[in-house]
Amino acid sequence: MPDIQSPPALLDPVEMRKARMVRNEKIGRWVLPILVMALTIFAWDRFCVINEVPHYIIPRPGIVLAALIEDWPLLMSSLGTTLTITFSALAVAIIGGVGLAVLFAQSKWIEMSFFPYAVILQVTPIIVIAPLIFIYVDSKFAGLLICAWIVAFFPILSNTTLGLKSADHNLVDMMSLYGASRWQTLRFLRLPAALPYFLGGLKIAGGLSLIGAIVAEFVAGTGGVGSGLAFRILEASYRLNIPRMFAAILLISLTGVLIFMFMTFLSWLFLHKWHESAIKREH
Amino acid sequence: MSNTNLLSLKDIGKTFSNGTVALQGMSMDIEQGSFVSLLGPSGCGKSTALKIIAGLGNLTTGSLKWPDTRVDHLGRPDHEISFVFQEPTLMQWATVFENVWLPLRLKGTSRKAATAQVSEALGMVGLADFATSYPRELSGGMKMRVSIARALITRPKLLLMDEPFAALDEITRFKLNNDLLELWQKFNWTVIFVTHSVFESAYLSNRIVVMAARPGRVVADIAVTSPYPRRGDDHRSSPEYNETCREASEALHAAMKAGDHM
Repeated sequence: MPDIQSPPALLDPVEMRKARMVRNEKIGRWVLPILVMALTIFAWDRFCVINEVPHYIIPRPGIVLAALIEDWPLLMSSLGTTLTITFSALAVAIIGGVGLAVLFAQSKWIEMSFFPYAVILQVTPIIVIAPLIFIYVDSKFAGLLICAWIVAFFPILSNTTLGLKSADHNLVDMMSLYGASRWQTLRFLRLPAALPYFLGGLKIAGGLSLIGAIVAEFVAGTGGVGSGLAFRILEASYRLNIPRMFAAILLISLTGVLIFMFMTFLSWLFLHKWHESAIKREH
Repeated sequence: MSNTNLLSLKDIGKTFSNGTVALQGMSMDIEQGSFVSLLGPSGCGKSTALKIIAGLGNLTTGSLKWPDTRVDHLGRPDHEISFVFQEPTLMQWATVFENVWLPLRLKGTSRKAATAQVSEALGMVGLADFATSYPRELSGGMKMRVSIARALITRPKLLLMDEPFAALDEITRFKLNNDLLELWQKFNWTVIFVTHSVFESAYLSNRIVVMAARPGRVVADIAVTSPYPRRGDDHRSSPEYNETCREASEALHAAMKAGDHM
């Protein structure tokens, strides 16, 4: 018979293993991506050295870093231009997307009439519309903004529309029982119910507005005042300044990742108290 | 207690656009202060009847009258009606406080002005300490209590309940049954309680209206004479209770047979 006086273990072996797993996962979440990244950069460097790849074809990581530092002021001002377009487009996409979604939620007829246009805008590649836009719109900034907006607004519109419709039917009934106005139902019920959907759309739209801005800059070309990152990449490619191209691409990717991380944080901020998607589960 | 009628249904019928006859020729008077259960198999139109009374659905035929009550141009009474659904039907994004505050908020009452009333309502359902919790942090029974607190905050004259405790475990259900009866007696509400449980209807109500399906209609109207307060197991083992259960059960079986399904 086991000694019942012995102090009980705090955790049984299965739970201990679980706790260890959780701890390792926490560390792994950061260490693994960094490790893989470091290995990739190392492999890239070795590849260039072993195969004696000239730096005007594939520059070694060190050269890219040097270009990044050397061209820092130039690249930063270009990044500023691109970011201005990106965030302006995102802001307009949020206002336009949510506004249209609210309008759609008010009337099925409006939705039926206009939703097809939203789909057409979404499925037609921006690269083929952009040249037309730059012909019709005089201001280059406005042209870039329109292009980035077209790319970014659809996920916000379609997600928010879905969200506004997904409010609990019984709650809708209850609102009408208590004599709530249309505006009150929207404010107290439909908009909060749509928030998780909207934030999901925003996560996609954030990245898309950057892509939209870059693509539009490419189409707008090297003429005029455009000096965004895409312009720098085009310019550098004409001069075979490959390290600068790499440096600019690096900046674009990094910006995209930061935007995504910010949107993820925003989702967490608004949802962690109540929405299933953002709640940590205790097993 | 006066025995005037709060509302009177006359020959009510409801046919949905797909041709389903949800209700046919339903007539009944609901006495002020009574606790009426609508008992019947699923599809007998009991929820439809409740929604019509709440003003959430139109009638196809017949009339719904509120004697002794002023009505607006839509025929809705000027007193408060509250509705408790089978699901707690809470706003997940709002705290318990905000959920209970909602009916007052819709009438323009500020958070500050509503605080005393909300606290009182939460106290009555035993959730005084949970004002700042979110619905997901509560158990099923507690969520239902929030739903009841929200229903009673407007001090309604008529409380409509659509199988409110059907999804709860038996212990929680018994507890909530007793709490509901206590609140009913305290506030002198009129309650219309939809259920498919013979035992629940016999325990709670002073009148059981048994309905049959296809088409939804009233097939029996049973007066329950056992006095209140009815206390838990004592009452559940009393001969009157058992007699009521037997009577309601037989009526329900007859109703099931009358409906063309099992």
